[in-house]
Amino acid sequence: MTYRLEANALDRLFKALGTKGYVIFGPTVRDSAVVYDRIESPNDLPAGWADQQTNGSYRLVKTDSPAYFDFTAPPQSWKRLLFPPSLHLFRSHRRNGTLEILEEEHETEPMAFLGVRPCDLRALAILDSVYLNGGASDSTYRQRREKTLIIAVNCTRAGGTCFCASMGTGPEAGAGFDLCLTELVSEHDHYFLVESGSAKGESCVSPLQAREATPQEQTSGREAIRTAAAAMGRSLQTQGLPELLAANLSHPRWDQIARRCLACANCTMVCPTCFCSTVEDSTDLSGAIASRTRLWDSCFTAEFSYIHGGSLRPTIKSRYRQWMTHKLSSWVAQFGSFGCVGCGRCITWCPVGIDLTEEARILRGQAAEHV
Amino acid sequence: MAGKGIPKLAVWKFASCDGCQLSLLNCEEELLALSSAVHMAYFPEASRAMIKGPYDISLVEGSITTPHDAERIHQIRRSSAALISIGACATAGGIQALRNFADVREFTSLVYASPQFIETLGKSTPISDHVSVDFELRGCPISKNQLLEVLTAFLHRRKPAIPSYSVCIECKRKGVVCGLVAHGPPCLGPVTQAGCGALCPTYARGCYGCFGPKETPNTGSLTATWKESGMDDAELLRLFRSFTATAEPFRKESESHEIQNN
Ligand code: SF4
Ligand code: SF4
Ligand code: SF4
Ligand code: SF4
Repeated sequence: MTYRLEANALDRLFKALGTKGYVIFGPTVRDSAVVYDRIESPNDLPAGWADQQTNGSYRLVKTDSPAYFDFTAPPQSWKRLLFPPSLHLFRSHRRNGTLEILEEEHETEPMAFLGVRPCDLRALAILDSVYLNGGASDSTYRQRREKTLIIAVNCTRAGGTCFCASMGTGPEAGAGFDLCLTELVSEHDHYFLVESGSAKGESCVSPLQAREATPQEQTSGREAIRTAAAAMGRSLQTQGLPELLAANLSHPRWDQIARRCLACANCTMVCPTCFCSTVEDSTDLSGAIASRTRLWDSCFTAEFSYIHGGSLRPTIKSRYRQWMTHKLSSWVAQFGSFGCVGCGRCITWCPVGIDLTEEARILRGQAAEHV
Repeated sequence: MAGKGIPKLAVWKFASCDGCQLSLLNCEEELLALSSAVHMAYFPEASRAMIKGPYDISLVEGSITTPHDAERIHQIRRSSAALISIGACATAGGIQALRNFADVREFTSLVYASPQFIETLGKSTPISDHVSVDFELRGCPISKNQLLEVLTAFLHRRKPAIPSYSVCIECKRKGVVCGLVAHGPPCLGPVTQAGCGALCPTYARGCYGCFGPKETPNTGSLTATWKESGMDDAELLRLFRSFTATAEPFRKESESHEIQNN
């Protein structure tokens, strides 16, 4: 069933989550951007702010709309809350000739993610396929993920670098949410359509005291999402793409990208599905205490592919090619889907504005659309 | 380490501001552990006791700018089992290497009343230009945690965990909103080696490049982008002429804007 919740009653959702013991993470304005952080009430939401994104540029602009969720993909995704950028794994002590391993405790409170964009919802499913993969599951990820409630918000506005419609991941939320909202704003009306996708989500609905949405209201919701689908800032033709990239590893275009790419790794850091990490060991001065830390890593560094004798990917060309072919080609063989959900972050947050949709188009031999 | 008993540490100073050796004294909490792990045999900044070499580890701060220093560094090398150069001066020539782009005699005639008494070299150069160096620790100043990491690694004969990748990686791990993309001050983070913990970007300032070029630094692409957005050669030149101006990739980049300037 779909409900209608008045926008001015949104605090009921915050209260319901608080009563159930959730710490709420959601969008809020900080440092000229909409970021995901701890929030306490609807007042913390970025009402009246919208982002303008293009390759290498992000600007937050004030709007006269009362909409709470007018932003598209924020600078970073939910990844950092489930797969922290830096995590102490264990410490060991050497005492009287024996080695004692002290595991770090990673207790997390139940978290509610409020405002998960459809692309990011799909990205969470991809991270699940990596980190909750049978015997090789990651314990901290599992612990956090199991305690997470997901409140998706459908997109009714697409951003300048968005292409979820091409990837089949948005702008309407697919599977995996506990609750899903659609925000509708018109001259005289401002409300949310609310659907639940799980028993956990359903249990949050009754405290909202929302009434059933009319068929007309539900149609308005679908139309608003269609508007976003028709206004994608970028597009990517995915048909045959994995094979196309695999067959073009010697294409001259890779050299041209390498002249622009900085190998700075921003694209991988902001990508909601990039999951690579490294471990760093350190000892104290006496050598009696050692500790191991897991850190986000990137295929754009020389160290990433370092083996005895040197780096396997010494050139920027080989690193960019590794990244793009992994996202759009070999990921499919590895995990059964693309490693890209079309959020556009790697395009926006690339300091020199390299656009993978553009590169894919050129590799296909088509003309450039965004130059 | 090489010698019997507790390893002997020496700290040497060349042309520099002392900031890097002060990082050693700034290791407040770790200072006690440090003084039991090494014997501070020669550290004039901290102690008047000056014990003769050879030393197990020498930390060298500062660049070579005088004929006397160019001699002295060889003696230090000979008396040190391991030599670690610390800071932008020792690893790249430092801010004083700006003289390398000009005629030092002109400077001395402007600065000193009797320039004829000044004996100085035409260029400020890093330690590794003169003797072999076992490890170069970057930064202006160096990070105290990285210094402890390098010392610990040398004491325990393991590889120091000092990354050569970009400041951007540290910046993103920290969750900083990238100022370069979100409001636009030029930031050298994408071409600069990590180590500072993205200090300046955390306070909404662009990175100044204190830790010198990262591995595979593509400075030309960054400046081409900034040029398109309206920066001129003079500004671009200045960005690359600061603490590590003579580190090869940064020197070449600033010089390319000089040529077009004329
Ligand atoms: S990519 Fe799609 S789902 Fe993601 S923010 Fe843009 S419009 Fe929304
Ligand atoms: S590759 Fe780029 S567009 Fe695709 S999911 Fe990652 S950041 Fe988003
Ligand atoms: S594609 Fe852009 S963000 Fe990614 S490493 Fe290259 S320059 Fe950096
Ligand atoms: S602010 Fe500077 S260091 Fe941080 S990600 Fe942006 S370009 Fe890199």
